[in-house]
Amino acid sequence: MDLSLSEEQTLVVDNVRRFVREEIEPLEASLDPDADELPADDYRRLVDKTRAMGLYGLDIPVAYGGPDIDLVTRTLIAIETAQHRAGLYAPCYGVFGGAGLAQLFEATEAQKERYLFPMLRGEKKGFFGLTEPSGGSDPARAIQTRAVRDGDDWVINGGKIFISGADRADFGLVFARTDPERGRAGVTCFIVDTDMPGFHVRRVVHTLRAARYATELGFEDLRVPQANVLGEVGGGFAIANDRLSRQRIPYAAGCIGVAIKAHEMALAYVPQRETFGAPLSSRQAIQWMLVDNEIDIRNARWLTLEAAHRAERGEDFRKEAAMAKLVATEAGSRVVDRCIQMFGGYGVTKDLPLERWYREMRIRRIGEGPSEVQRHIIARDLLGESLR
Amino acid sequence: MIDGRGWSDAADAAALPGHMGVYELADAAGRVLYIGCAGGRSRFGLRGEVCDALGRIDGASRFRVEVTTAYLTRHRELLMRHQAAHGGLPAANGPVPGLGRLSTG
Repeated sequence: MDLSLSEEQTLVVDNVRRFVREEIEPLEASLDPDADELPADDYRRLVDKTRAMGLYGLDIPVAYGGPDIDLVTRTLIAIETAQHRAGLYAPCYGVFGGAGLAQLFEATEAQKERYLFPMLRGEKKGFFGLTEPSGGSDPARAIQTRAVRDGDDWVINGGKIFISGADRADFGLVFARTDPERGRAGVTCFIVDTDMPGFHVRRVVHTLRAARYATELGFEDLRVPQANVLGEVGGGFAIANDRLSRQRIPYAAGCIGVAIKAHEMALAYVPQRETFGAPLSSRQAIQWMLVDNEIDIRNARWLTLEAAHRAERGEDFRKEAAMAKLVATEAGSRVVDRCIQMFGGYGVTKDLPLERWYREMRIRRIGEGPSEVQRHIIARDLLGESLR
Repeated sequence: MIDGRGWSDAADAAALPGHMGVYELADAAGRVLYIGCAGGRSRFGLRGEVCDALGRIDGASRFRVEVTTAYLTRHRELLMRHQAAHGGLPAANGPVPGLGRLSTG
């Protein structure tokens, strides 16, 4: 597999890298170290720039107005846009736009009119409601929220946890059990309006991410029309699973971007910092940390681009995406940890972005399926039926 | 509101720690006038921010604080809880773009 960049990819990557260093990083000097939003004026100005670059709405299909950029190039861009303080969870503070809830591209025309198009125009916000207090790694079995048919409506009761953005959303995708006897085939995805009676944002859930909280949701006799079923009744698990597989590639790319940035910072620092009369870079202990960083980054980058290549070619990429997610999140954590060690006391201050990356990188080994689930996916692929 | 903490007089603000965290200011009747936070770039943490805000906000004579490194999300949560309980933000807080909504029930 040839992973060298084409001329066009090199140009795009260089442009994005320059954008991050010249437009994003200088703004961060005056933002709170944990901020994940830009002032409105800066946000609008930079969105105009990414539009002018032809790179706004990267994940939006061409048919809906997105730029025609392949998944490998988008992965390379995701590695670049993460290379700043807020980059792991707020790459470039969202000025490259996003596809929002990509599942809505498969919605009915009426659903697209009401939810997808307003979301793409920035008029409506959505949330993804899958995880429940009973678990998130095994949604097919953990979902206890119930939806019961009542005439032309469904009535939903239950709750969700660790849901991002639900308190600011106009609607959300909520997965509920419509048939308790059918396992994963008994889960259905509903489009839920947040202003309906029975929809409750119960509380804020604080996490290691200091700028963005999650929420706990409650549904009490929440009435949803049949027209708001996304896909087929009983087809919710496939919708959730597809999203989880696809999301693993950009998730891995963000970790690689942060690891590259932390590694660059350490490479610039250790020749300057002296201990006992010699620069840190002369110490073998430091050299080996840098070598291990380099190997971790290259491993993760290779696996992530391989997964993107397979997905781009329409091949099965679930195992490769799981490997990319597993390796990139764990490698990224190790790289940031080593860099903090090289920076010493400065590494744990809010003067540098390393402490933020250290906290946020820890979440990445759990979010979008923990490392153990990724290993399970890989093992299942290797062993096939003999595992069942 | 910051739970389980009584109000302190403005005169005690100079003895506050320099930690990051959130704070509320109130008038003599205990009505919350302002909810703020001391972030990672604040020069003297809660001490500096509370002293500054007490001097800036008319009628503020009491304060209470909570030390937390999650000052951004906790600040938003306190604003949302105040909004849910009182139907609006404290008088001295300006509009907060994109502030979420908590259910009242």
